[in-house]
Amino acid sequence: MGSTSWNLIRGYTILVYLFMFTPIIVVMLLSFNSSQFGSFPMEGVSFRWFVELWNNDAITRAFRISLALGALTALLSSTFGVLASLALVRYDFPGKQSLSTLLIAPILVPEVVLAVALLLFLRWLEVHKSFFLLLLGHVIFTLPFVILVVQARLVGIRREYEEAAQSLGASPIQTFFQITLPLLLPAVFAGFLFAFTISFDDITGTLFWKPGGIETVPTQIFAMLRNSISPEINALGTVMIIVTVALPLLGAAIARRFGSASSE
Amino acid sequence: MADKVAVKLDGIVKRFGGFVAVYEMNLEIREGEFVTFLGPSGCGKTTTLRMVAGLLDPSNGDILVHDKRVNDLPIHKRNLGLVFQNYALFPHKSIFDNVAFGLKYRDVSKEELKKRVTDALELVQLPHTADRYPAQLSGGQQQRVALARAIVIQPEVLLLDEPLSALDANLRENMRVELKRIQDQLGITTIFVTHDQAEALAMSDRIVVMSDGRVEQVGSPQEVYTSPSSLFVAQFLGNSNILSGRLDSKNGALSVYVDGLDSIQVDPKQLKDFRDGDSVALVIRAEKLTLGEAKQDEDHATQLTGHVDAVDYQGQAARYFVTAGGHSLQAFNQIDQQPVKEGTDVHIRIRARDCVLLEPEA
Ligand SMILES: Nc1ncnc2c1ncn2[C@@H]1O[C@H](COP(=O)(O)OP(=O)(O)O)[C@@H](O)[C@H]1O
Ligand SMILES: [Mg+2]
Repeated sequence: MGSTSWNLIRGYTILVYLFMFTPIIVVMLLSFNSSQFGSFPMEGVSFRWFVELWNNDAITRAFRISLALGALTALLSSTFGVLASLALVRYDFPGKQSLSTLLIAPILVPEVVLAVALLLFLRWLEVHKSFFLLLLGHVIFTLPFVILVVQARLVGIRREYEEAAQSLGASPIQTFFQITLPLLLPAVFAGFLFAFTISFDDITGTLFWKPGGIETVPTQIFAMLRNSISPEINALGTVMIIVTVALPLLGAAIARRFGSASSE
Repeated sequence: MADKVAVKLDGIVKRFGGFVAVYEMNLEIREGEFVTFLGPSGCGKTTTLRMVAGLLDPSNGDILVHDKRVNDLPIHKRNLGLVFQNYALFPHKSIFDNVAFGLKYRDVSKEELKKRVTDALELVQLPHTADRYPAQLSGGQQQRVALARAIVIQPEVLLLDEPLSALDANLRENMRVELKRIQDQLGITTIFVTHDQAEALAMSDRIVVMSDGRVEQVGSPQEVYTSPSSLFVAQFLGNSNILSGRLDSKNGALSVYVDGLDSIQVDPKQLKDFRDGDSVALVIRAEKLTLGEAKQDEDHATQLTGHVDAVDYQGQAARYFVTAGGHSLQAFNQIDQQPVKEGTDVHIRIRARDCVLLEPEA
């Protein structure tokens, strides 16, 4: 009986993975198809659709916006994330528990709810949609990830390092830059990449928050899909997959390098 | 110079919410003195040390370093050397940079910095480790580097919180000697925290025995060992026999009547504030009970008869568990030729001058 149930589980697992990855592989393969129609059998291999992507102003614009948005989001989220983690781990103040819950809440609330809530709130404040609002939304949405990663590492950094540094004459700020931040760096870096990838990938919140005339890559794909299914979209999908998979892998590799250098 | 006060604790109190971790504590530490806070875990040693360091604010009272009140001075302006139980070397900095760390915040030229770091590493006998990283050193080596890092800034006071507790037994004894040598050589005022009486007795100029947030006794190692001022100190340091009895002072001679035993002679100097008929606790160290097969008549000593229940043989010495008059006693004697045998009857000699009288437990 053992072997049959194992075989069942194995078969089932394989099916799940096939189901998840086949569409991705199909998209990536078809992006190299030279034919106008995105279907098998492939007629030949070409980079035609990537070239067209490159020449499509709307898409390159969306790409630049996504990059800028992702980078700014990551920068702000990791800065605030580090500060918030320090406050939550190293200091005691009234309302600490509530603040912690509030900062983590965005990953517990469905994204649509968060998106609508923020939009309504800003309507009520009579603030118009803008790139800044979009950025704000992304920061709120990515902050919990940074905080969770950074907090976990900060808890593991013994206070004595900071106390020793201060006893030797370093002010609290010097101690932060000399001791805490370097020891925290792998986590900050991981948080930064997390924030970037999540922002780069996001569509739900972005659809609600983006002002007219601004498209990110995901909303651009979404808009293009409404007209027709062009092979260009396959190429764009391939680029997205590479960016969102390669970046975290790269990040993990760098973090590992950092980690091993400091414990050598 | 020797009488100059380096650190003064003036009625310092530390409360955590409703819990009092340190009751009003008064202490003067002289320049160059090695003072140890000794007591069981949780008695407030670390809390007191952290107040001196500036890592905790006292709830009441003042801390003075070289006659200057430092209560409101943040830790990084106090110029103190701090060494922790777990070394706390910066893992991302080389040994050189670890030791040099404090000098970067002081007005020190590049050449002088290099020289002082090199000298400090030499002092702790680790001259060739400058380029390595903390994780590449053993625990004992890391603790030496931590010590070098603390003393290289020429601190006004060196504060050590159980610095030897993380090391294994052999290393601990070597480091004890080493630490004392360095402290002597530099003449640096030192506060040392430990729960290990052997460390305290071996290293200190004075020991502050603490219990439950209170100072029980302050004195030289010999004073706290031979003349404990409370039952707590008598029990915490070494092995003591404690008998309760009634004081009997007749025509200049002093003795204590203990139920089931004869009167035990006590040196008249022990009278202190006691009066005839008072209840007292009689404290006799285990090594001061001498067992013998024959009765030795001697002035100023009491002979008891007892029975050896168990012998804990330790090579050069033995610990005996003896009953006398219904009381269980411990004796710790050097072995001359043969240890006294288990199950035999013995004579126990107690010299009057080895008896200490204390207030009985309330
Ligand atoms: N931050 C704190 N909050 C509450 N209680 C504390 C705190 N720090 C120490 N204590 C308590 O104060 C007492 C003394 O602690 P400590 O000074 O660390 O003892 P030790 O003599 O072992 O070094 C202990 O009972 C401890 O639980
Ligand atoms: Mg302690």
